[in-house]
Amino acid sequence: MGSKPVEQLSQVIVRFAGDSGDGMQLTGSQFTSEAALLGNDISTLPDFPAEIRAPAGSLPGVSGFQLHFADHDILTPGDAPNVLVAMNPAALKTNLSDLPKGGTLIVDADAFTERNLQKAGYETNPLEDGSLDEWHLEPLPITSLTIGALKEVEGVTPRQAERAKNMFALGLMSWLYGRSIDPAIEFLRARFGGNAPQIAEANVRAVQAGYALGETTETFAVSYEVKPARLRPGTYRNITGNQALAYGLLAASRVSGLALFLGAYPITPASSILEELSALKNFGVRAFQAEDEIAAAGAAVGAAFGGALGVTTSSGPGIVLKAETVGLAVMLELPLVICDVQRSGPSTGMPTKPEQGDLLLALYGRNSDSSVPVVAARSPADCFDTAIEACRIAVKYRTPVYLLSDAYLANGSEPWLLPLIDELPEISTGLATEPNADGAYLPYLRDPETLARPWAVPGTPGLEHRIGGLEKADGSGTVSYDADNHELMTRLRAEKIAGIAADIPELAVDDPDGDARLLVLGWGGTYGTIMAACMQVRLDGRKVAHGHLRHLNPLPRNAGEVLRRYERILVPEMNLGQLLKIVRAEFLVDAVGYNRVRGMPLRVGEVAEAIEALMEP
Amino acid sequence: MSAVAKDFATDQHPRWCPGCGDYAILAAMQAFAPDLGIERERMVFISGIGCAARFPYYMNTYGMHSIHGRAPAIATGLAVSRPDLAVFVVTGDGDALSIGGNHLIHALRRNVNIKVLLFNNRIYGLTKGQYSPTSPLGTVTKSTPMGSVDWPFNPLSLAIGAEATFVARAIDTDRAGMLEVLRAACAHRGSAFVEILQNCPMFNDGAFSSVRDDKEGVNRIVLRHGEPIRWGREKEKGLRQRLDGSVTTCDGDDPDVLVHDADHVTPSLAFSLSRVTQETHGGTPVGVFREVQRPVYDDLIAGQIATAVEARGEGDFAKLLASGETWTVEP
Repeated sequence: MGSKPVEQLSQVIVRFAGDSGDGMQLTGSQFTSEAALLGNDISTLPDFPAEIRAPAGSLPGVSGFQLHFADHDILTPGDAPNVLVAMNPAALKTNLSDLPKGGTLIVDADAFTERNLQKAGYETNPLEDGSLDEWHLEPLPITSLTIGALKEVEGVTPRQAERAKNMFALGLMSWLYGRSIDPAIEFLRARFGGNAPQIAEANVRAVQAGYALGETTETFAVSYEVKPARLRPGTYRNITGNQALAYGLLAASRVSGLALFLGAYPITPASSILEELSALKNFGVRAFQAEDEIAAAGAAVGAAFGGALGVTTSSGPGIVLKAETVGLAVMLELPLVICDVQRSGPSTGMPTKPEQGDLLLALYGRNSDSSVPVVAARSPADCFDTAIEACRIAVKYRTPVYLLSDAYLANGSEPWLLPLIDELPEISTGLATEPNADGAYLPYLRDPETLARPWAVPGTPGLEHRIGGLEKADGSGTVSYDADNHELMTRLRAEKIAGIAADIPELAVDDPDGDARLLVLGWGGTYGTIMAACMQVRLDGRKVAHGHLRHLNPLPRNAGEVLRRYERILVPEMNLGQLLKIVRAEFLVDAVGYNRVRGMPLRVGEVAEAIEALMEP
Repeated sequence: MSAVAKDFATDQHPRWCPGCGDYAILAAMQAFAPDLGIERERMVFISGIGCAARFPYYMNTYGMHSIHGRAPAIATGLAVSRPDLAVFVVTGDGDALSIGGNHLIHALRRNVNIKVLLFNNRIYGLTKGQYSPTSPLGTVTKSTPMGSVDWPFNPLSLAIGAEATFVARAIDTDRAGMLEVLRAACAHRGSAFVEILQNCPMFNDGAFSSVRDDKEGVNRIVLRHGEPIRWGREKEKGLRQRLDGSVTTCDGDDPDVLVHDADHVTPSLAFSLSRVTQETHGGTPVGVFREVQRPVYDDLIAGQIATAVEARGEGDFAKLLASGETWTVEP
């Protein structure tokens, strides 16, 4: 058989969509591995319902995974797919509006039964009624082809065979884009080979059958190739935000020499950090699944008092419960890292969907004046560096620190250039071992430079002391209700945090020509989208600058000066204008917002439009 | 030179009301601490909020006065990460059983190596006299002018229900009895729960007068493992167990008088004894109700770490980062 022609593409966005039980996340992540191993730059966006298994075939049960892979540096999972793989009518219905006309639509025709069509709300079969004429439709009997291919695998029931259809789709897509299916086969054998070898075999056969179909069928006249991206030299792996965050916490523990203690309560989309760290017991990590969010934070403070790197991880509905503990840590002046993997709210909101709604909560969600440093990660891999930075600030300044991530970063993935262990930032703990005042130990005698208090841990003889939530006397740390002392301590606590501005990088602006008059200011997980939008605007010959904040409190020391340099400032956020409020209040600049709260990342196209709308005609 | 009681006193003057039962408990603890044989720097007192929660400020050890109800959670984090420390939780009836009820039961069921001392005065003292979760039904306070209408917790029944491995009761005015119980609690590996009946002279004076003021001990039913349960001036009263497991009074010389068995593996007997009250049985049991061995949470955590290190070796961080599939981009 002669091989088919290969067409070159510079980038492709594929979305797999199917029922929650169809294994779309696995299919997507395996396809991602294949692309990553080929050296493409990648960016992924899993999108799944909070329900583990909504009724099969129903619209709320649709689970999707979008992968953007390219031969160049890419910044986002892409606004819209080029190829949609829809495993049933419900997946088609919920995803079709995102697929531009002319896009490729591969569907499992077997799933378009009367019953499934009815569940998805179709009155007629879209595969037959001409409603899909404007797309490049490829209906394939994926289910029956899979069952047929697995007939001879011993010990596999027809139901089990049918469930391997996602791997058939993976095989087909692998052929279409010239990816080797070997890694998938290796993965399947490792995952199921041990206790269910027949399941492993079934899935392997399904992948192979899907691949073979691509080779032989006349449906696909050509296959495509996306060449490796020219990324910075080094060793890469694919990593999700939560994984990177967990590794970052462990890295901070190692460079500081402080044992890592995680207190957590299961919550979407933060649970995988708890799971990840629970698996690292041979690193000495103590991961404590607490009875509730409050105890999770409390245990972390208790561990910090004992000299551990105390961390608690959660999402909005859990973070609100930790507020009292964060306030205590402000008063105790002990290191504590609170990771908030933001999701749509308020209340339970949309558990699996991202939002940037907790910025003001992190900044101000406590009683009284109680400034807390806040840092935010900008991409999945950046969660690693941001976690180290959060720990560095917490330990150096003896303060709770909020780390903001979100559901998009948590589950999304990208290639990560592995850091060199020797080049990780230093974190010095400076634990107190000796009295600091004529033979006495004063727990609130501050370092004149950082204003941080000494940290003496139990077990250190001669430094026994008591701390607590009541106001502290300056220096001695004993209980004090003195009016002047309270004023002094309130100001000292605020000054200590404000002073961190001297210890963090200045706000850098990406402004290629240096003469843009419009600045787009973002924070956190919108980084890739905003940067891509700016690049798009620049392709039209227009000038725009982009600044992105990692440190939200304190803000970089040059932030005000940078903002005042621009005539217009646009602040795109996945909330109703929280950073916007801060910059307007802090710097008296007339910034405007671009705000969407749909439970999904901002789109490049809409941000580019918002930028252009702010420019003079 | 070994430590003495005054080494455990701080320069802070206790700020409890005159006549408060907390003074006696503090004095007993300071006197008893040197006998523990633990260096001062390895002892940590953690408290929540309330009158009892001021306790750590007066013990010259490490200490933390934390958040209302959260002391068991904070102490859990400390004990789990620092198994070398002796961690105490000092709490009150409102702190432990109302706002912090959840943390208490979970610490007890996990059997974290902490000693919980609950000062029960059946009232909110620091907020000036509202009824607490141990106030008897009908208690008239400023927040319950017509009498409280919620059924109180029995702290010991609650602890035993949570399967605490060590459960005991002492009385603030009975120093000898309190020291005996504290000694046993500290010797116990795992969670120890000690209820100390304590008087609030300001807002609930006389709550436990039947046993606190009982100089001759006629109302105290002293529980000692392996000894028959008898009390009264001439030990003329006894307890025996009914077929349904509950405990009733009998003559002191009744051949069926119950012999206390604190080690009993099931919590049923200890629970039945916790239901014995002055009002229902004419006496109040004190001493150790239950003392059983069960794996300790902190030990299990440390054990898993040791097992993981043994099985997989000390974690190699560079290897971890490069786990999964990697690829190299050449310059």
